[in-house]
Amino acid sequence: MSLLSILGVLSSAIFSGTSLLYATLGEVIGQRSGIVNLGLEGVMLVSASCGFAVTSMSGNPYLGVLAAMLAGGLLNMILGYLVISRQANQLASGLALMFFGFGLSALIGKSYVGAKIDGLPRILLPGLSGLPRLYASLFKFDLLIYLAVPMAFLVFWILFRTRWGLGLRAVGENADTAFASGRNPRLIRYQALFAAGVLAGLGAAHLSIAYTMTWAEYMTAGRGFIAIALVIFSRWHPLQAIAGALIFSGAVAFQLLLQSSGVEISPLLLDTIPYIVTMLVLIAWGGHRKHSAPASLGRVYYGSE
Amino acid sequence: MAKIADMYSKILNDAVRYLLMFLLAFLLFGLILLIFGKDPIQSYKDLFISTLGSTYGFSEVIVAMIPMLITALAVALPWRVGLINIGGEGQLCIGAAFATWGALTFQNLPAWILLPIMIILGMLGGALWAFIPGYLKAIGLVNETIITLLLNSVAPLVVGFLIFGFWHSPMDTVKTANFVPAALLPTFFGTRIHLGLIFGLVLLALFWFVMKYTRWGLEMRAIGGNPQAARRSGISLKGYLIVVMCIGGAAAGLAGMAQVSGFYGVLLLNFSMGLGYMGFLISWLAGGQPLGIFLMSFVVAIIITGGNLLQLTRGLPYAVINILLAITLFVVLARPVFFERKKA
Repeated sequence: MSLLSILGVLSSAIFSGTSLLYATLGEVIGQRSGIVNLGLEGVMLVSASCGFAVTSMSGNPYLGVLAAMLAGGLLNMILGYLVISRQANQLASGLALMFFGFGLSALIGKSYVGAKIDGLPRILLPGLSGLPRLYASLFKFDLLIYLAVPMAFLVFWILFRTRWGLGLRAVGENADTAFASGRNPRLIRYQALFAAGVLAGLGAAHLSIAYTMTWAEYMTAGRGFIAIALVIFSRWHPLQAIAGALIFSGAVAFQLLLQSSGVEISPLLLDTIPYIVTMLVLIAWGGHRKHSAPASLGRVYYGSE
Repeated sequence: MAKIADMYSKILNDAVRYLLMFLLAFLLFGLILLIFGKDPIQSYKDLFISTLGSTYGFSEVIVAMIPMLITALAVALPWRVGLINIGGEGQLCIGAAFATWGALTFQNLPAWILLPIMIILGMLGGALWAFIPGYLKAIGLVNETIITLLLNSVAPLVVGFLIFGFWHSPMDTVKTANFVPAALLPTFFGTRIHLGLIFGLVLLALFWFVMKYTRWGLEMRAIGGNPQAARRSGISLKGYLIVVMCIGGAAAGLAGMAQVSGFYGVLLLNFSMGLGYMGFLISWLAGGQPLGIFLMSFVVAIIITGGNLLQLTRGLPYAVINILLAITLFVVLARPVFFERKKA
C-alpha cells in the first residue's frame, strides 16, 4: 500500500469526522444544561438541507453555513418549548423532533436532489506548498475543518471558564439550587439548546456543503446517534469529545484502508465498526461514567412555585 | 352513581381534548403544506377518504397498526421496571432476519410447523438483541438507553449484510426471494389484514392481565417504583431486568416476523422505516396503557397510511408524512390547555 493511499484515507477520515465533532460539542452543551436531544439526527438533516438549499440558491457557501446554523438553533427551540416550557418527556420529544427533521428535510431538499454546488473553498495546510500536487490535494481542508478543534477549546472555555458556563453546568446538576442562587434555569436551558443547535448546524453544514457537496434524503446516516454516544464516551467534556471524534474517524479510516487493500469484507459490516467501538469503550469505561453525568440530566424542572 | 357520571365526563373531556389536539396538529401541518405550495384541504380530503372512506382503506389502516401495537408493547413492558427500551427498531430487524432464516431453510415444511418455527425464531432474535443492553444494565455497566440506541444502527447493517451476502434472490440484490406460501401468515376477509393482528391484541390483553392480576406484575411494579426497596424485599432485580428486557425484545422480534411473513412476504432492505421508534412514541403517549396503545396506534396508522397516498397523488416525498406525525406528537407532548379547568 502506498503512502499516497494511506494519506488519502487519513484525509477522508478527517472530512467525515468533522461534522461529528461539531454535533458532539453541541450535544455536550445541551446535556450539560440537563437536556438530552435524541432528535439530533433530525436537526442535522434539516440544517444540512437548509444549508445546501441556500448555497445552491445564492451561490455563496458561507451564506449556506449561516442558514444551517440558524436552522439548527431554531429547530432546537421546538424541543426547548416542549421540554422546558411544557415540561414534556425529553426522550419522547427528541424522537418526535427526529421524525420532524426527517420529514422537513425531505420537503426542503426535494428540489435539490442531484443539484451541484460550489462547496466551501479548500485551503492548503500552511507550510506545505512545496508538496507535489497529488499530495497537496490531500492536505487541502476547508475552514470548518480548521476551526473544529479550536471550537472544542472554545466550548471548553465557555463551559468551564465563564460565568455563563458555570451557570449552565449548575442548572444541569441541580436546577433548583441554581435557581436559589439567582439563575434562571429555563432561560439558560433555552440558550444552551440554541447554542447546541447552532453547533449541530455547523456540523451538518460541513457534511452537505463541504464534504459531500450534494443533498440526499437521510444523508446523515446515523451521525446524530453516534454524536449522542460520543457525548457519553467523552464524559460530557468538550476536549475529550475530540478524542471521541478521532475514534470515529479512525474507524472510518480503518474501514477505508481494509477496502483499498482488497480485504474481502462486506462494507456493511465495516460500517458497524464506529458503533461497536463506541459500545466497547462505553462498556470498558462503564464504572467511572456515573461520576461525570450531569446530575439532573433528563429531569424536568418544574419551577419553584 | 355519581362516580360513574364522573367517569363518563372525564372520558368525554379526554375525547374532546384529544380531538382538539389532533385538529391543531392538522392545522399546523396544513400551514406547512401551504408554505410549500400544496393545497392542504385537498390533501386532507385525500388522506381521510383513502383511509376511513372505504373498507379497503380501513383495512389498510388496520394492517399498518399491527406492527405498531407490538413494538409499542416492546417498550411498555420494560418501562414498567424502569427500563427505557429505544431499541425496538433493532430488535425488530433482527427478529425479522431470524424468521427469514427459518422461512428460507425449512421451506419444505407444512405451514402449521413452519409458522410456529418462524415465530419462535423471530422472538428469539429480538430477545437476543435485547439481551445485550439488558445484561449490561443488570450488571450495572452501561445505561440501556444508549446501548439500545446504538444497536438500532447496527441491526439494519447486519440485515443488509445477510441479504447482500447470502439471501438475495437471483433477480434482485436488495431483497430475498419471495417466501413460499407456507411461510406466509394467513390473511383474513380478502384484505391484507393478517394473523399478526391477533398476536398484537392477545399480547396487549395478556400484558394487561399479567400487570394487574399476577405476582409478576406486582413485583415488576414494585421494581419500577423503587428498585432498591424491591431488591431488599427479596425480588431478584437482576433477573427481572434481564428477563423483562428480553421479553420486550421478543415482542419487537415478533413484530418483525409479522412484517416479513404477514405483510411483505419477503425480507427487504430497510423494511422497517422507523416502526421501532414509532412504537416508542406510541407507548409513551399512551402512558404504557394497553387501551391507550391501541388507540394511539390507530391514529398513527391513519396518518401513515394516508401519507402513502399523499405521496402518490400530491407529488410529495414520502418522508413528508413524518412532519404530520411529528406535529401530532408535538401537540400531544405539549399538553395544551384549551379551557380553564374548574376547580371543584
